Amino acid sequence: MNKHTPDLNAEKIEGGVHASIRHDSAHKHVAGSAVYIDDITEPAGTLHAGLGLSTVAHGILKSVDLSAVRAAPGVVDVLTHEDVPGVNDISPSYMNDDPVLANGKVEFHGQPIFCVIAETREQARRAARLAKIEYEELPADIDIWDLDVKTHRQVVTPLTLKRGDAAAALESAPRRVTGRMRLGGQDHFYLEGQVSLAVPGEDDEVLVYCSTQGPSETQHMIAHALGVPSNAVTVEVRRMGGGFGGKETQANQCAALAAIAAKKLKRAVKVRLDRDEDMVATGKRHDFAIDYDVGFDDEGRILGIDYTFALRAGFSADLSGPVGDRALFHCDNAYFFPHVHAKSAPLYTNTVSNTAFRGFGGPQGMVGAERVIDEVAFAVGKDPLDIRKLNFYDAMGVEGERNLTPYHQKVEDCIIQRIVAELEESADYAGRRKAIAEFNAKSRIVKRGLALTPVKFGISFTKTESNQAGALVHVYTDGSVHMNHGGTEMGQGLHLKVAQVVAEEFQIDLDRVKITATTTAKVPNTSPTAASSGADLNGMAAQDAARQIKDRLIDFAAESHQVPREQVVFLPNRVRIGNIEVSFNELVKKAYMARVQLSAAGFYKTPKIHWDRSKGRGHAFYYYAYGAACSEVSVDTLTGEYIVERTDILHDTGRSLNKIIDIGQIEGGFIQGMGWLTTEELWWDGKGRLRTHAPSTYKIPLASDRPKIFNVALTDWSEAYEPTIHRSKAVGEPPLPLGLAVLHALSDAVASIADHKICPRLDAPATPECVLMAIERLRAQTKG
Amino acid sequence: MAVEIRSELRFILNGKDVALRDVAPDHTLLDWLRLSRLLTGTKEGCAEGDCGACTVLVGRLTPAGGLVYEGVNACIRFMGSLDGCHVVTVEHVGARNGHLHPVQQAMVDYHGSQCGFCTPGFVMSLYALWMQTPNPSDQQIETALQGNLCRCTGYEPILRAARAISSYGGTEKDPLLTERATMIARLKALRDGARVEIADGKHRLVVPASLDDFATLLEASPTATVVAGSTDVGLWVTKHMRDISPVVFIAGLDELKSITVKDGTVSIGAGVTYTEALDTLSQHIPALGPLITRIGGQQVRNMGTIGGNIANGSPIGDTPPALIALASTLTLRKGSVRRTIRLEDYFIAYGKQDRQPGEFVEAVHVPVPAAAEKFAVYKVTKRRDEDITATLGAFRMALAADGTVAEICIAYGGMAATPKRAFAVEKALVGQPWTEATVEAAMEKYADDYTPLTDMRATADYRALVAKNLLLRFFMETTSSDAPAQVSRYEAA
Repeated sequence: MNKHTPDLNAEKIEGGVHASIRHDSAHKHVAGSAVYIDDITEPAGTLHAGLGLSTVAHGILKSVDLSAVRAAPGVVDVLTHEDVPGVNDISPSYMNDDPVLANGKVEFHGQPIFCVIAETREQARRAARLAKIEYEELPADIDIWDLDVKTHRQVVTPLTLKRGDAAAALESAPRRVTGRMRLGGQDHFYLEGQVSLAVPGEDDEVLVYCSTQGPSETQHMIAHALGVPSNAVTVEVRRMGGGFGGKETQANQCAALAAIAAKKLKRAVKVRLDRDEDMVATGKRHDFAIDYDVGFDDEGRILGIDYTFALRAGFSADLSGPVGDRALFHCDNAYFFPHVHAKSAPLYTNTVSNTAFRGFGGPQGMVGAERVIDEVAFAVGKDPLDIRKLNFYDAMGVEGERNLTPYHQKVEDCIIQRIVAELEESADYAGRRKAIAEFNAKSRIVKRGLALTPVKFGISFTKTESNQAGALVHVYTDGSVHMNHGGTEMGQGLHLKVAQVVAEEFQIDLDRVKITATTTAKVPNTSPTAASSGADLNGMAAQDAARQIKDRLIDFAAESHQVPREQVVFLPNRVRIGNIEVSFNELVKKAYMARVQLSAAGFYKTPKIHWDRSKGRGHAFYYYAYGAACSEVSVDTLTGEYIVERTDILHDTGRSLNKIIDIGQIEGGFIQGMGWLTTEELWWDGKGRLRTHAPSTYKIPLASDRPKIFNVALTDWSEAYEPTIHRSKAVGEPPLPLGLAVLHALSDAVASIADHKICPRLDAPATPECVLMAIERLRAQTKG
Repeated sequence: MAVEIRSELRFILNGKDVALRDVAPDHTLLDWLRLSRLLTGTKEGCAEGDCGACTVLVGRLTPAGGLVYEGVNACIRFMGSLDGCHVVTVEHVGARNGHLHPVQQAMVDYHGSQCGFCTPGFVMSLYALWMQTPNPSDQQIETALQGNLCRCTGYEPILRAARAISSYGGTEKDPLLTERATMIARLKALRDGARVEIADGKHRLVVPASLDDFATLLEASPTATVVAGSTDVGLWVTKHMRDISPVVFIAGLDELKSITVKDGTVSIGAGVTYTEALDTLSQHIPALGPLITRIGGQQVRNMGTIGGNIANGSPIGDTPPALIALASTLTLRKGSVRRTIRLEDYFIAYGKQDRQPGEFVEAVHVPVPAAAEKFAVYKVTKRRDEDITATLGAFRMALAADGTVAEICIAYGGMAATPKRAFAVEKALVGQPWTEATVEAAMEKYADDYTPLTDMRATADYRALVAKNLLLRFFMETTSSDAPAQVSRYEAA
């Protein structure tokens, strides 16, 4: 990639926006030379940590005897809550409910109580097992299924959304169904576990390399726990080995521990969790219990709906409030509810505190919407796809009355009709529906199922202040560019997309733009790379920085050549100034000689959005991303085992910044969503111990779980309704709920047992066991 | 019998000779690569042999004198098992001429990496596959990748890359293949016939010189941990921090690697890996092929042995129920004394087997079913591949001329504290006509044979129901040939 002689006659730069460019680190990934936190050359004398975890789900710490731990070989120190110099809290909302190390009580099985620091990681891990801890065990609430939503303790104030009069609509509706759905959580299973390396500096300073999606928040949390100002702490991350939301707040504990130990012992300290510890001690996607009461007419048009979304928050608030909120924001999916009442219930439990995970509650809300669609379809005896189409929001451009969300935002950019119509045709939904019916009539054991499900996903943080971003761009005297911004790279190609934006702005080849590690010392007060916002926010901020420099270059060129500003035009790798052309590099060099500032800090904040949580009203999202998936499955009705035969996806990323990167996000997001809803089962035993805490017991999809036929396409006609970065749309989270097509195809196959007369009410994850038990239920009902 | 003793481990790393005198018996290859050699391209994702991020190639001489490179999980591979091997890490792939290897270039061009953390492991697994099968089918690719988890890509681009590798260059130019003869000579030179013994005051690591040497050693040190593939013992160290010293490594013993077919019986030495057994077993007992390719991932199958699967006595080992249904026998050896027992008698109770201190499993003997016999084995898991059994049923049946059941042998895993026969069910079937009515009546007898448990893999109810239904599946597959009685990802071969 090191090409230093730009083509000065090119018609187009190499690697601008809308170009399909491979991941900037791909050649390093395959060679094993891409550096992750654990690969950084350790400073001499680096120490290593091992965690001591609670062995009860809820209890008072009666005594904590660490003498054997301290005496173990290689042990340098053992940290307890008393060693936290600042505030013993890493609650992202400063609620003081999320201790770095437990103090006096433990609230979940696996909660860190102490932290051993030893010469080697193995010594630390071995020593951590030698503690003698006595607990006074307290009653523990583990599963939300049996908790009383009305009376049980909630970790934050719940949200209620209300439009119209749901109760009256339900009373007067010709048809009505109520039900309850159990929806499991999900472990992130980033391949690189949580890891931090802290290097102490002089005075109160510390530099922490941390696999975090939110370097600024990690920085602030470390400062909070150390009791030092934020300016003493620098957090840096070049790349993560996967994040998926699991390194938004969950990176903070390891980072804080590493920093505390490093400052106390004046040596570098690394905290890297073992996979089992990682899965036990860090939060996951929330599981939900969804209650619904829906009223509809004989055609299947929804008239009114009442929802309760109870979610397992775990022992602390963490992000459970906003996750529950986003579930409600998506309980409509792509459907208009004339009258709606929906509330969240983030319930306290003695389990690990659940957290962000790609989709952030949105997918769970959409599962609720699609369950309701299924209920209505079975009640009126129609294909669920017909019910979906009947209930869509008005299409963009239609000035109808079916366009208000439950949070009173007008949906202005709805393109779901066209996406679904195109996919229905390209996937031959009707033809296959018929073929499957014929197959099922002849096949006694194996049954097939088909479903086409839509996605509408709201883009923006609902926390308004998070919708801002900064970037720092330097142009050096040789014309090479150094780019930095607040977003983090976790595999999604964010750095590449932002670099494409900068290259486009300067009209220079992409390889002239250097991608650099995210650090709080260059761009401050950034938002976590989350909510699919990375490219939208940081792309705009980097564009702003580049434009400032470009403006100065234009001023300089116009002035020095005595031409009007509009006669200075940036062409590929060169600039036309009046009648002459100079290379970009040459112009930069001359500008430097003339003392023009060649560095700029850029900034962006998303316009239009506002949100009043207390009223449940606002313009919560800047825009929506859309997509749809059609899946076909085969189910073994003797065991519940299944195969995904085929999936077709059509997804909208506006005018894509990089199609190949976007398709990668869609393929991967779909499989991750499918895994969540099928084989990824989290299982706690009666004592609150998570027993699926490693890949041997927790089953994410394999290559052989992919749909046998897998067709993914982007809508080549769509562009963002709002002036987003080059009219592209966010792509991180919206594809994940495409996996719903598999859940509903399984449901469809199960339904064939009872001739599609009974709604299977298939819970998730739909493991083979869950599928077989649904089949048995239908068999029993058919007989009875 | 005088055995020469060497107190140094010798192997080759990325083409360079290595001699180590300071090795603990529980030292893993992954830690050594990353911490001692600073070769950080190989990643730790799970430290239990499931995710494949730590995949490296281990080249070893075969009993026939060839050299085979196999992907293994460095995280649960002990250093002691590497004597006389060539370890190849991602740093050794394609770096030598400054260009990427065809496997790497295909992964780049087809966008097979996103976060990149699993990528070196995928590269190594695909490299191993490509060396053996340059133009693999999708089934071969998926089978080769069962032990590699990727959380970002959804695998589709990795499959595209895997299909395209050979278009970037043929295997004839690959260094590991062109340098094969030289490497064989170098590895042979490392085989000095000595016993490797490395011990300090606390730990002892032994690589026996021969099978007899092993038998003698184990008789003298009956509490030693015997390690063949380390796919189980590896986790005792990485997850349970257990002290396993002294350790005897037996994977290199050629005498335990024999597979013979004689008088209608396949005899498998205790050191034979799943990978090594696959072809012979598939040829003679076809139903075992698909079972073996659903045990662990490819890396685990390259290390794990059928002998170990039996010896550790697990109630959810996949081969014991199948081998019990086949009326297999087991040869145990202590010192120079051998005895042969029925495999089903080996499993006494949970954690208790019929094995004396100092005794070891030497071979298992599997009778090939007669042509008229029907044999099937069904493994039911949460995820199809690389998953541990919830319930596994194995059935072998012979029908009499009049269509009644002359003999039936049914064994299950995951249903009891040991792999166990379903005697009550068998009794309800023998002598009865092989009809659905007979089968339905027999299905009610499972409750007499098994009282399964609920755990994270399945509830007791599910296990009980599936156990019954597998008998129905066996009935349908042995009687009708039209509609399928189970789902399958691949077209029948």
